Amino acid sequence: MSNENSVIYGLEFQARALAPQLAETEKICFIIGTQSLKQTNNQIHLVEFNEEISTVKKSVFHHSEGEIWKITTSPLEASKLATCYNVISGGNTCSFKTAILKLPETEDPDNIENLEIVTKFDTTEYGSDIKTTEFHPNDPTRAASVIDNNVVLWDISDSEGKCIKSIQLEGKHNPKFTTGKWNPHQNCNQFTTATETHLKTYDVRTGDLAWHIDNIHHQLLRDIDFNMNKQYHIATCGDDGFVKIWDFRQTNKPVYSRNEHSHWVWCVRFNHFHDQLILSASSDARVLLSSAASVSSENNSDICAADDPKELETKQLFLYYRLSDGPLQWCEHEDSVYCAEWSPSEPWVFASLSYDGRLLISRVKRSLKYQIML
Amino acid sequence: MAEKNPNQLDINGPNFNPNMYLDKIFKECTLRQIMDHENEIVKDTQTLHSDMQTLVYENYNKFISATDTIRKMKNDFKKMEDEMDLLASNMESITSFSDKINSNLQESRDKISHLSGVHNLLQRLQFLFKLPATLKGRMEEKNYIQATQDYLHAQRVLQQYGDLPAFQGIKSDCVSILEELKDELRKQFSNPSASTRELMESVDLLLQLEEPAKELCLEFLSSAEKRLSEQLVILKDQSEQRDIVEFVDLGCSGFLSDLCLIIASFNDMFISRINTDNIENSEIFENFAAVELENFVKDNMQKYFDLVQGKVDLEQDIADTNTLVQALDRFYMRIEGNKFSKDINFTVMATDIINNAGRKQCKAHLSILKQAFADTLTKVRQALTTPKLISQDDSSKNLTELLNSMIVTVVEKTKGVLQDLVAFVSPEICFAKKTQFKESFCIDNVREGLVVCFLHHLTASIQNICSDGVLDLKAPPTLILLLSKFCLDFRNASVHFLLSETDEVFHINHKRNGNALTNESEISNTMQETAQYLLNYYVRLQGYNCSQMLRKSVETRDWLHTIEPRTVRAVMKRVVEDISAIDATVALLYEDQGTATGNSSDSSRKTHSISVSRHQYRSNWSSYTPSHLDSTLVSNMHKLFSERIEVFSPVEFSKVSILTGIIKISLKTFIECVRLKTFSKYGLQQIQVDTHYLQLYLWRFVADENLVHFLLDEMLGSAVHRCLEPVLMEPSVVDIICERG
Repeated sequence: MSNENSVIYGLEFQARALAPQLAETEKICFIIGTQSLKQTNNQIHLVEFNEEISTVKKSVFHHSEGEIWKITTSPLEASKLATCYNVISGGNTCSFKTAILKLPETEDPDNIENLEIVTKFDTTEYGSDIKTTEFHPNDPTRAASVIDNNVVLWDISDSEGKCIKSIQLEGKHNPKFTTGKWNPHQNCNQFTTATETHLKTYDVRTGDLAWHIDNIHHQLLRDIDFNMNKQYHIATCGDDGFVKIWDFRQTNKPVYSRNEHSHWVWCVRFNHFHDQLILSASSDARVLLSSAASVSSENNSDICAADDPKELETKQLFLYYRLSDGPLQWCEHEDSVYCAEWSPSEPWVFASLSYDGRLLISRVKRSLKYQIML
Repeated sequence: MAEKNPNQLDINGPNFNPNMYLDKIFKECTLRQIMDHENEIVKDTQTLHSDMQTLVYENYNKFISATDTIRKMKNDFKKMEDEMDLLASNMESITSFSDKINSNLQESRDKISHLSGVHNLLQRLQFLFKLPATLKGRMEEKNYIQATQDYLHAQRVLQQYGDLPAFQGIKSDCVSILEELKDELRKQFSNPSASTRELMESVDLLLQLEEPAKELCLEFLSSAEKRLSEQLVILKDQSEQRDIVEFVDLGCSGFLSDLCLIIASFNDMFISRINTDNIENSEIFENFAAVELENFVKDNMQKYFDLVQGKVDLEQDIADTNTLVQALDRFYMRIEGNKFSKDINFTVMATDIINNAGRKQCKAHLSILKQAFADTLTKVRQALTTPKLISQDDSSKNLTELLNSMIVTVVEKTKGVLQDLVAFVSPEICFAKKTQFKESFCIDNVREGLVVCFLHHLTASIQNICSDGVLDLKAPPTLILLLSKFCLDFRNASVHFLLSETDEVFHINHKRNGNALTNESEISNTMQETAQYLLNYYVRLQGYNCSQMLRKSVETRDWLHTIEPRTVRAVMKRVVEDISAIDATVALLYEDQGTATGNSSDSSRKTHSISVSRHQYRSNWSSYTPSHLDSTLVSNMHKLFSERIEVFSPVEFSKVSILTGIIKISLKTFIECVRLKTFSKYGLQQIQVDTHYLQLYLWRFVADENLVHFLLDEMLGSAVHRCLEPVLMEPSVVDIICERG
């Protein structure tokens, strides 16, 4: 492995769902969902990483409803998580469902529990293919699901999700959404979706298209992520192997664009604290930690543009220490990597999950850490 | 001693030793021989004796006649002595007579000389009295030179005796006339139309009349300046109409020769001349004059140079190098030939101008080259987008032809430019011999500024076609492939050729100027990198094109409700066709040595063996049912034993590697798509058929067929995992379907 200070946690099943426990700010916790067609076997693993002694503590729960395609966690309640899963009914049919689950307060070490479903959603009228259910960043009663060509806004205060509003995408060839995400800025009134190679953001109050960037990638747009510290910056990745960062006030050209992966890029994530660190996971079986220092919120080279020779000196020193754009650290997996996530509590730890069910928890190299903190 | 011995035995030699001779005879000869020898010697002695007698007799007669002659001479000399005595006495009387005559004439001679002195004085006085009138006359005749000379003639007398009342009138007359004369001369001096020669003449006269030299020198310079600036104005007017050679000629014959004349006359008049008069003053003045002259020359030359520079600049756009060089050479020779100033070296400035001209010329050529390359690119792009090229057989020829013609065009254009520029350093050209010019021109301008810069431009502009971040769909893949090959070929042959050609033609010494020169390998490396970059880009582009097709085909199908497979899906055929087409295109540019033929020759064996091994795998899969074995475990075990295959290794410059890259990307995509779906039994079987079909047709394109098998196994494995009811088809049925398809 390229990184000596990484910890491997293996699952018995294939998996493609990984989520950081967003509301947990003390411990470094990640949640994994397995993907196996045998319904009874699917599990949810809550993995807690102890950084000091580099060990992993796990809690396993059953997810008997079906194979898990996507997990998201609530940013407000640590115990809440939403899964999108595939249910096999009868011999030969299967259907996608989504639900909000709750992790138990106390854990019973002898018995593997089945997770309790808090909120169910009736999605049949919106379509069959559920991509994700995203919790609202600061309203605990709201969530949004991306289903086929619909974005459905739910009220989740009850055990049965109530549809508040649904936004439909229309166009030729029955376009479908690939994924969606809340914009954490602008009072969280915008929901951004990806469809084919386009990015479309809706204002959830009116249901209108707020802004959009077309042909953002050459091929299918796979994932998006917002920069928590820079409100107009959004990272995208896609099947053309590119990772791009856009300032969505000027949509003609990305502000950052790199092509380091040799196959599809499935996931891209800004570090929540140091947004020059970007994580991308690809089906070339690699996770890449790269630097986008030139567009980071910590890029204060403009401020330093002073005539004072002393300041100039410090600026040079600063430039010397400053990261340049490009790859910093690779993590090698054995199979395609579909998810990579930063820990929300510890800025230097990230996890990546490959399809063969291997979770890799890694740290940012110490030298890089110092370089950034200086 | 050893040498003397034979001599002593030589009977005719001077060292003859009779005893030794006899001894030798006695020792060496027989008695008879001795007797014969004795007779011989006696006979010889006799002849010698008679000869001697005749000789003595003859000489005796001659001696007697000589004695007679001497006696006769004695008598003659006695007679001559008497005559000489007589001559001496006669001479003595002649001398005494002449002395007497001389003393008699002395008196009258003194008188005559006194009289002639008086006459002279009178004549001078008369000249003096007439002087005013003469001067006036001369003035009227405009014979200023004569007038000045007349005046100078009388000047000293006037100065000495001017105070005497008799001369006062004359003096004042003269002075007034002289003032007039000076005025006249000044007028002539400041007359703008006066020629330099006239000017010189008047200055000369004024100086003789002891006008203050400083003033004169300044005046002289200012009037010279006026005339030079006229010349410059003429030059300026002409500069737009005439071509550069005429312009330079005009400058040489007009301005420069005038300037030379002015300098020469200035030197004559003010600097070398004053020397003779008054040494102390002259030194100060000389310095002053020299400085003035220096400044004057500097100013004017500066103006002239500015003008020439302007003209040269004007010339650049449409420059014909030969004429330009010719003109510059004339210009340079003229500047170098004349030494205008002691302190300032105008050749340096001239070299600067030439240097600038060289640089501009190089730049102009560079931009022309760039333009030409851009045109070539456009042309190639158009040629590639015309549909006939892509579909038909003759495209094969055209693609290589296109590549070759591209390389040839670029190389030839560059060579042409070099040939053109070589005029600057041809041996007949005077300034080309100066190392100062030569180095900066050859190295900075031609090699670095033109050739190296152009090569960098090549890579940059090629790379720009598919610059980072912007996937330009308009650039046809074939163009990218072609350009990649272009970079590679160019790197392999032309870079070295162009650089060594440049070095040779412009005599660039690598040892001496090593630091200033861009290394050939550096350029080669960037070329190589660009080629690699483009190739990667091409592979990616083609890979994604196939991927797109595969992805759509998987995504749009309902794999849960599909019927039992009867045929291979059309998409697979399409993919194989596309890859074959790519293969054909790539083959035009990259001919792999033998690998392709080697593969096809024993293709039957290989496919067979592979399918056997695959059958075993299949039997594995078909044997386990969901309940029996955990599929994950099996696949992990399988992975554990198989070597990790590097799916995304770098692309090499060979057909096989390119196609391997494309196929890898496509198959990987297929795997990813399969993993996103859930399959029924028939869906899985369809995938099985498809993978088998791909395996049948794709192995031939790749270097390591295990790679294809690995990916296809992985694909089938993934499909098995994603299948609700993983039951595989009978391999024989799969074979039949594939063969039928």
